[in-house]
Amino acid sequence: MDQTQAKIKEFLSRFFKSHDLQPDDDIFALGFVNSLLAMQLVAFVEKELGIRVEDEDLDLDNFRSIGAIARLVAKKTAGTEAVSA
Amino acid sequence: MKLELTPEERAARSEFRAFAAEHVVPHADRWDREQAVPREVIERLAAEGLLGSNIPSDYGGVGRDMITYGLLTEEIGRGCSSLRSLLTVHDMVAHAVERWGSREHKERYLPRLAKGEILGALALSEPNAGSDAKSVETVAASDGDAWVLTGTKKWTTFGQLAGLFLVLAQHESQPTAFLVEREAPGLSIRPLSGLHGTRASLLAEITFDGCRIPKDQLLGRVGFGVSHVVAAALEHGRYSVAWGAVGVAQACLDASLTYARSRKQFGSLLFDHQLIRAMLADMITNVRAARLLCLRAGHLRQTGDPGAFMEVMVAKYFAANTAAKTANDAVQIHGANGCSADYPVARYLRDSKVFEIIEGSTQIQQITIPLFDFQEL
Repeated sequence: MDQTQAKIKEFLSRFFKSHDLQPDDDIFALGFVNSLLAMQLVAFVEKELGIRVEDEDLDLDNFRSIGAIARLVAKKTAGTEAVSA
Repeated sequence: MKLELTPEERAARSEFRAFAAEHVVPHADRWDREQAVPREVIERLAAEGLLGSNIPSDYGGVGRDMITYGLLTEEIGRGCSSLRSLLTVHDMVAHAVERWGSREHKERYLPRLAKGEILGALALSEPNAGSDAKSVETVAASDGDAWVLTGTKKWTTFGQLAGLFLVLAQHESQPTAFLVEREAPGLSIRPLSGLHGTRASLLAEITFDGCRIPKDQLLGRVGFGVSHVVAAALEHGRYSVAWGAVGVAQACLDASLTYARSRKQFGSLLFDHQLIRAMLADMITNVRAARLLCLRAGHLRQTGDPGAFMEVMVAKYFAANTAAKTANDAVQIHGANGCSADYPVARYLRDSKVFEIIEGSTQIQQITIPLFDFQEL
């Protein structure tokens, strides 16, 4: 688990206290994902992981697991770097 | 944790207070009786840059920070909850467009919302759907290059004047948000009157009878209408309402102090009666506590902290309770005068009830807040 995944796990673990979240665990299948968590998750990835979640990123598969969120962050970060370069 | 206002924030609050003292407070009881905030005061709000507060300068807004926005909402709310409710719903729509809109949405709507050329309104509640937003019955069907909306929205604040509606509808059983302009074919507006509180906020019932809107009026993505789009709008609205409730509570406190220091019973001022003073002490303490919760929520929102969502809910829950209790005590202190139209506390009491219902009822917040109690201060 890399640093990004570890940060995501730490954040999500607050909501899944009795479950040791693994990178590919489906957080929607585990339950406890409501609109308040959904918006907190967006705020978390924006503040702590440095990306801007846009409307085109609104796809459940982008937020389904620690791994999926990390892949979204990597994709968006690579896109930003490409633009900057 | 920062608790003190900066000199700039204090100066802004003084400006907002002066605006309210001149243009709002003297007229609020009349607007309440007439059940309408006049267009002139809305135009004045717009001219002063007090609508669409948080819209970035790139889109013609003033980009007010969250604390300054809260102070504005408190000061307007202190004068008139109905006018404050315009700030709330208009800014909710602007926030949702800024947060989840496409570049075209932002360019098309944010400059006009910032100038007050169009007013925004949230068309969420329905005759059969309130707190249970996911169960709205309005349907959006895809038809070639258009969406076709069918259904009825109710209790739409400032729906009588709004030019842009944020509408939640079901597309193939997935809650989805749309931007609908007032002139869309098939949209009709019926004014609602006789409300208990915030009577001047020009509520309306909005009917979509095969209302056709262009395909690009989808806001966000299909299925994300509640979880992200409406959730963002409501979070902003909850923050605004929390500050508005502080404003009403402060107005109740001000009125009660003035009355208690002038009215005599049993040969002494009400202020010198210990049971009256106990009520005043509770008012002062609760108003300060509510304002501090709002300030904390505002700082978290300003920094994009994920914990802001929870703290906004806590602030709104406490401020709504405070407004209701403070207004009730204010009427009690005023006695029969408090039940008359000669004093504004009767209006404050009616308006304060609304805080316990809108932007998440007190009971919804009681259910939700304990789920997030692990978040540290």
